[in-house]
Amino acid sequence: MKRIDDRAEPAPAPTLPSTEPIRLVDRKGHRVVDSAYPTPDHGTLLTLLRSMVIGRRFDRQAGALARQGRLAVYPSSYGQEACQIGGVLALAEHDWLFPTYRDCVALVTRGIDPVDTLTLMRGDWHNGYDPGRYRCAPQCTPLATNASHAVGLTYAARRKGEDVAALVLMGDGATSEGDAHEAYNFAAVWNTPVVFLIQNNHWAISVPVRKQSAAPTLAHKAIGYGMRGYHVDGNDAAAVYSVVSHALGEARAGGGPAIIEAQTYRLDPHTNSDAPQRYRDESEVEYWKERDPVARLEALLRAEGRLDDAELDRVAAEAERLATDLRERLSGERSPRGTRDAGRRGGPALSPDDLFTHVYAAAPPMLAQQRQALLDELRGV
Amino acid sequence: MTETTMAQALNRALRDALAADPDVLVYGEDVGPLGGVFRVTDGLAAEFGAERCFDSPLAEAGIVGTAVGMAMHGGRPVVEMQFDSFAYPAFEQLVSHVAKMRNRTQGAVELPMVVRIPYGGGIGGVEHHSDSSEAYYAHTPGLRVVTPGNPADGYSMLREAIDCPDPVVFLEPKRRYWDRADLELPVRTESMDRAVVRSSGTDVTLIAYGPMVATALETAEAAREEGIDVEVVDLRSLSPFDDATVAESVRRTGRAVVVHEAPMFGGYGAEVAARVTEQCFHYLEAPVLRVGGLDIPYPPPKLEEYYLPSVDRILDAMDRLQWEADWFPEAPPRPRADAVPLPCNDSAGASAGGSDRSRSEVSAWAPSRP
Repeated sequence: MKRIDDRAEPAPAPTLPSTEPIRLVDRKGHRVVDSAYPTPDHGTLLTLLRSMVIGRRFDRQAGALARQGRLAVYPSSYGQEACQIGGVLALAEHDWLFPTYRDCVALVTRGIDPVDTLTLMRGDWHNGYDPGRYRCAPQCTPLATNASHAVGLTYAARRKGEDVAALVLMGDGATSEGDAHEAYNFAAVWNTPVVFLIQNNHWAISVPVRKQSAAPTLAHKAIGYGMRGYHVDGNDAAAVYSVVSHALGEARAGGGPAIIEAQTYRLDPHTNSDAPQRYRDESEVEYWKERDPVARLEALLRAEGRLDDAELDRVAAEAERLATDLRERLSGERSPRGTRDAGRRGGPALSPDDLFTHVYAAAPPMLAQQRQALLDELRGV
Repeated sequence: MTETTMAQALNRALRDALAADPDVLVYGEDVGPLGGVFRVTDGLAAEFGAERCFDSPLAEAGIVGTAVGMAMHGGRPVVEMQFDSFAYPAFEQLVSHVAKMRNRTQGAVELPMVVRIPYGGGIGGVEHHSDSSEAYYAHTPGLRVVTPGNPADGYSMLREAIDCPDPVVFLEPKRRYWDRADLELPVRTESMDRAVVRSSGTDVTLIAYGPMVATALETAEAAREEGIDVEVVDLRSLSPFDDATVAESVRRTGRAVVVHEAPMFGGYGAEVAARVTEQCFHYLEAPVLRVGGLDIPYPPPKLEEYYLPSVDRILDAMDRLQWEADWFPEAPPRPRADAVPLPCNDSAGASAGGSDRSRSEVSAWAPSRP
């Protein structure tokens, strides 16, 4: 194992990321030649496409459930599928993912039951899956604060001789947080295998990215930490997958962590309660819709004879089944006071008792008393 | 038996924990070759190597945040915040992640980690080196907040904190780092979530923790000379709170004073006073009094003696515990006829110039000595 303090020879200064994003497939679905990064094979491209079709359908369904009041809130990923899916599919099974609240599509791609990815948004609990089982941290709402967790986790894994890398998803706004800076710095100093994938969707709720940073690109920040920085077309799933895979490989080999800025766009409002017409022009949305990540990969695979209507129909049907299942399982009614029927589908049965169970390993007397008082109150004692 | 300071006891606890469990890691600012600014980690890097005890970048949120990740993956990090006031950048990590991880994952992820924070004043530290920040942490469900008051507890409670499956904010009273005790280490004292009666008495319960335990014991000695038999309770665990031990004592003595260095307003003593009042009301002979620091930013070192609770100040508080049957040496002033009545729930008794004991009179017993 590499000792943390034996960096005798300073690593050669990384080269600056290009201001033009790395792109493997252009918006018309044509391959871009001359790229230093390999385009994934057709099988991988098909997997990327299939995951994006499913992810987008999931996202549309979750948005609808939010509008119907079935979810407390839903932050849409519409338009960002290539980032989340390209990033997650580049991870090995034993690697860890550190998502934010906007990354439900990433969670679905990671294999987590779609219902469980929405536990937070449904308001049933703060997290709906076992992080250890999926190697996926709980969705993080305080921006950038889980980035240092990834550094610590990979540090601990390396101590145990495990080959574990981590992918941290963060937005453009999050890069302004002090926690982002500290995580980048710790990762670089400790040389932990962490890739920070910044989904620059251009809007932190209503604040444009030009008000977040004066850096040429957000990827340029990497240089100051002694890290490699990559600037990638975030609506090109092939490019995201390829560059994240490359960065993870370098990091695993001891080449250090990396920051990847992926240029994408949040086509939807911030959440179902946002009002984007107050801060951005519709023409901007149209501009980005022409750069749709799903359409361009579909165009490429069709043009190269790897995709036909029948296959697309099969994928669409699969996506539809997922959406129907999600809709049905999340449409049960709540019973009074937040309790739900134990046998009902759609997530764990919750009871007020659960409020006290996991605050500490064992409930101290004070909590045991409050629990009893609440149960008495509910029984009308 | 050997003379041992609290700093030495803490150091030994870390050393024994590192030796006992390969998952234990000690890191923070200057904790490596230097051994920490208070030398609590002295010799650990040399003995256990730079993989087990090491200097981190100077960034408290990053220190605690990385510890979260380590604890998520089988580590038992013990991190040092160099001073109370320098721990504030880590506050969000503590409140939003450390305290909540077990709960938000319904027990799937636990964080066995310790955040050591030297706290409190009395060492002549310049600005930002003397805060008593315990109330911020104790107010956060999910954190255990403990503070030893003597070297034996320093050893035993730190070992227990490191073994604890819950995250522990371990507050070290820095002015007591150099207090000595005759001690054979390792030592096992009472469970860290229990309060302990340090000195038995019958007249009044003096509730203290951390740096104020020694002051409380001194006060008890002085009070005994004045004929007051003081029982000193050392809380040790600020959260969870040991209601049983405290209430048992106060019900016996009928009087209680709680003392801490932190500013009194909104301080931890308010919680103690409220709990004691709720649980012991019918046993109380006098209101529960608090003695705390002044409600000002921590003063510069040349003025800190005016700020810190002293034996005299605690004795003065004890004098105000309504010892005399004729506590009101003269009739309390009645409200003037033109006085605006105090806000009062009792509409019958609150009219201006009311004849019976109005609520304003009842509350007017307060502080002047007979």
